[in-house]
Amino acid sequence: MSQSSSNSADKVSEDKITSATFMEGIWENNPVFVMLLGLCPVLAVTNSTINALAMGLATMFVLLASGGLVSVLRNHIPKQVRIATYIIIIATFVTIVDYLIQAISLDLYNALGAFIQLIVANCMILGRAEAFASRNPPLKTFVNNLGMGIGFTIALLCLGTVREILGSGTLLGFPLFGETFEPWVVMILPPGGFFVLGGWLLLFDWLKNRKEEQAKLADIQQEAPLGN
Amino acid sequence: MSDVSTAQAAPAPQQPASSAMIITLSLIAALSGFLVVFVYQFTKPIIAENKRLAIEQAVLKVIPGSTAYQPMVLADGKLVKPGETENGITIYVAYDKDKQFIGIAADGQAQGYQDKIQLIYGYKPSCECITGKKIIKLAETPGLGDKIITNKDFNANFDALSAKIHKSGTKLGHKIEAVNHGKKNFPWQIDSISGATISSVAVAKAINDSAQVILPQVNRFLTQLKEERYEPVIQQ
Repeated sequence: MSQSSSNSADKVSEDKITSATFMEGIWENNPVFVMLLGLCPVLAVTNSTINALAMGLATMFVLLASGGLVSVLRNHIPKQVRIATYIIIIATFVTIVDYLIQAISLDLYNALGAFIQLIVANCMILGRAEAFASRNPPLKTFVNNLGMGIGFTIALLCLGTVREILGSGTLLGFPLFGETFEPWVVMILPPGGFFVLGGWLLLFDWLKNRKEEQAKLADIQQEAPLGN
Repeated sequence: MSDVSTAQAAPAPQQPASSAMIITLSLIAALSGFLVVFVYQFTKPIIAENKRLAIEQAVLKVIPGSTAYQPMVLADGKLVKPGETENGITIYVAYDKDKQFIGIAADGQAQGYQDKIQLIYGYKPSCECITGKKIIKLAETPGLGDKIITNKDFNANFDALSAKIHKSGTKLGHKIEAVNHGKKNFPWQIDSISGATISSVAVAKAINDSAQVILPQVNRFLTQLKEERYEPVIQQ
């Protein structure tokens, strides 16, 4: 009896939504910069800011909708068919987002091309369905996925803005430099995606290392008086 | 079922009945189908309108002075309204503000550097020339091949690109072709963009392939086009 009550208490604390639930995807476990998930669209459609934003929002929509449905149904889906079920759910919302983007803007649809349909193969979405949505209640899943989606969008924007500024000399289509600016065309070509992603990963790794070293230094300084 | 025998033989790992799995998958699939059909029905008219607007913008841009247009179909040596025939080539008949026939626009496509380039070009019988082009779809190298959309000098080629019909009435008098940058000598030649030669040649080929077939036919229907009043799709 006492065991079951402590179990339920554990469950309640697990279900609690904290700021960490939301922030996980934005910083600590950013899907692109930390987990390195879903890199196919990250590299392919970030040649302009607007494409990056559209892709990020489309992915976030699929992530939220599929995560919500998986979470609601989590106790009814037999374990053996869970992956198949997740794929059907994700594919449904990808098809929906595909139609919606066509309805919003054909130009945008042409620019994003096949990558809208390829959201279905984005390992981040299936990964979140399996690792989080299938184990947590809908509201918590929603908050966590919102963070993940925003983190993913921010990452895409990080690449998209840098590539657009360097590769086309524009930001959101507005020219930034004078007529004399010669765009670095390579930045909007596929290699540019790798260069910029590599640059950002380098920056985040450097920040992380510096933080760790500072923490170590602080530890040593605290311990120093004891040693004496 | 074999459930009983396995249960007796050994405490096998718990297997839910296959019916549960089948029911789950069926329900999910049904829900999925319902959602997709619902969104499809909802967005279908909006998408069709978007596509129509895209064509409308292109047609009105490539025929300067046009304010309205309507699609027609060239089929079996006749010019008919869309819907009256299954096959045939669609052309867009354009009218000016006085509702007078002014020119036609047609689709063209050719293999570019990466993928097919699709475009719409305009033709005015009054000058027997191509009056403009608009690229509908391309996958050319950004910064190089996609200059065929933005390059002003290149676009100037299509302000009045000669497309006279041959005396025989079955083809153009001259092949519309792209020549190397700075080598344009005749009004039916297109001055290529240096650095985007393949894309420039593809644009010329797309227009030529289409114009060789369509323009001589259009020429035969000129009187019909001028006299018969169709109700244009849009009026401004």
